[in-house]
Amino acid sequence: MDMDWINAPHSMGTTIIGVTYNGGTVLGADSRTSTGMYVANRASDKITQLTDNVYLCRSGSAADSQVVSDYVRYFLHQHIIQLGQPATVKVTANLIRLLSYNNKNTLETGLIVGGWDKYEGGSIYSVPLGGTMLQLPFAIGGSGSSYLYGFLDQAWKDGMSKEEAEALVVKCVSLAIARDGASGGVVRTVVINSEGVTRNFYPGDKLPLWHEELPLRNSLLEEASSEAEPMHA
Amino acid sequence: MANTAIELPPKGGFSFDLCRRNEMLAKKGVQSPSFRKTGTTIVGLVFQDGVILGADTRATEGPIVCDKNCEKIHYMAPNIYCCGAGTAADTEAVTDMVSSQLELHRYATGRESRVVTALTLLKSHLYSYQGHVSAALVLGGVDCTGPHLHTIYPHGSTDTLPFATMGSGSLAAMAMFESRYREGMTREEGIKLVCQAICSGIFNDLGSGSNVDVCVITKGQKEYLRNYELPNPRTYVSSKGYSFAKGHTEVLSTKITPLKEHVKIIEGDAMEE
Repeated sequence: MDMDWINAPHSMGTTIIGVTYNGGTVLGADSRTSTGMYVANRASDKITQLTDNVYLCRSGSAADSQVVSDYVRYFLHQHIIQLGQPATVKVTANLIRLLSYNNKNTLETGLIVGGWDKYEGGSIYSVPLGGTMLQLPFAIGGSGSSYLYGFLDQAWKDGMSKEEAEALVVKCVSLAIARDGASGGVVRTVVINSEGVTRNFYPGDKLPLWHEELPLRNSLLEEASSEAEPMHA
Repeated sequence: MANTAIELPPKGGFSFDLCRRNEMLAKKGVQSPSFRKTGTTIVGLVFQDGVILGADTRATEGPIVCDKNCEKIHYMAPNIYCCGAGTAADTEAVTDMVSSQLELHRYATGRESRVVTALTLLKSHLYSYQGHVSAALVLGGVDCTGPHLHTIYPHGSTDTLPFATMGSGSLAAMAMFESRYREGMTREEGIKLVCQAICSGIFNDLGSGSNVDVCVITKGQKEYLRNYELPNPRTYVSSKGYSFAKGHTEVLSTKITPLKEHVKIIEGDAMEE
């Protein structure tokens, strides 16, 4: 039986994005985790918390990125105890970078670290496959990011407000979902600033429609028979 | 200082010494024995009072069904059970190992085990073997923090979900869940949906079959319903039974060989305890 996909490694095709705005950062991601051609989890959370003020967007191998984030959360916790104050985004990004670079032969994961600290304000660091670390005003990653380079070159502006930045992030992820087969599900965003952290959730049917996409319509079969309401993403 | 190299005991992990021999044998046309796998449909769902796990009972060795009624829901802790798909030896070994570790942990802490503890122990073990331990698990239980359901993949990644399916029959079972799952179902509704999902796997997937096992875990109580449903009974059994009396089989020839004793005591005392 051709069921190779069952034993295929669990990867997150993914679209992840991090954007700084004047006052903080907004991180965004889709929610699809695929095992070969099957969607293993259509509502996964790819934005994981490392500490109160720093979050991580994960892409690539699900196992590798989960393990890296668990180790960094552990090291960071010890670092915070020793330091006696909240961790900076730069230190977190460096810890991620050290693990990624020193294990580059075994790991396959692209990560975006974003957060807020009192020294730099909001900052975004991109740590792609080989273990480079780049500080950028905005960063994209995952298979769906290919479709966003041109769009962001045109749409990104310095000094956006929180609402503009979040709207841009949602627009980006939904554009990538429309074109990338390995991205899908819902759009999750995390806004981090001096006041704290806000998590938001945009289900698939609330996203804007792009070229050639049809509006949602209940199937006539559903309307004819009244079965239990199917669960929406 | 001795010049000879000291044979250190292996530190653990796999020994790949026989790989070259296996390659040579394969080239000569010798087929390696296939693993006993549990083709499988395993499912789990969260209902209003806790977690329900379900599994089929067919174990396969290549195209042959080697066990028509095996147990795929493994005990981890009094409040935690784990369904296993993939290579049967791997799922048994990894769940037994983590179950012992959890018991030792319970003695050390004096508390009921938590599902996330089992999750972390399983995922770190599987990750360190980089997917070579072929165990795909659905872990469910109820602890002091509430009901939990997780899936664990052979490479060590985990997901936390309200309903989950794994194994070769996972697509058939997931189709049932996606169309019928609701939050906050009652126990009866939950068991019925789990059975429907497993039956969907049993009838539509060649790697799954035979009976349905169900395990219901709630706060402070668990019910392991072995063979809850038997949708594949043996259809024809002769009511008179089968008898094989003497005289029914024709004897063509007879040869009798007496077995001789080969042990001789030569000298010395007989062995004493």
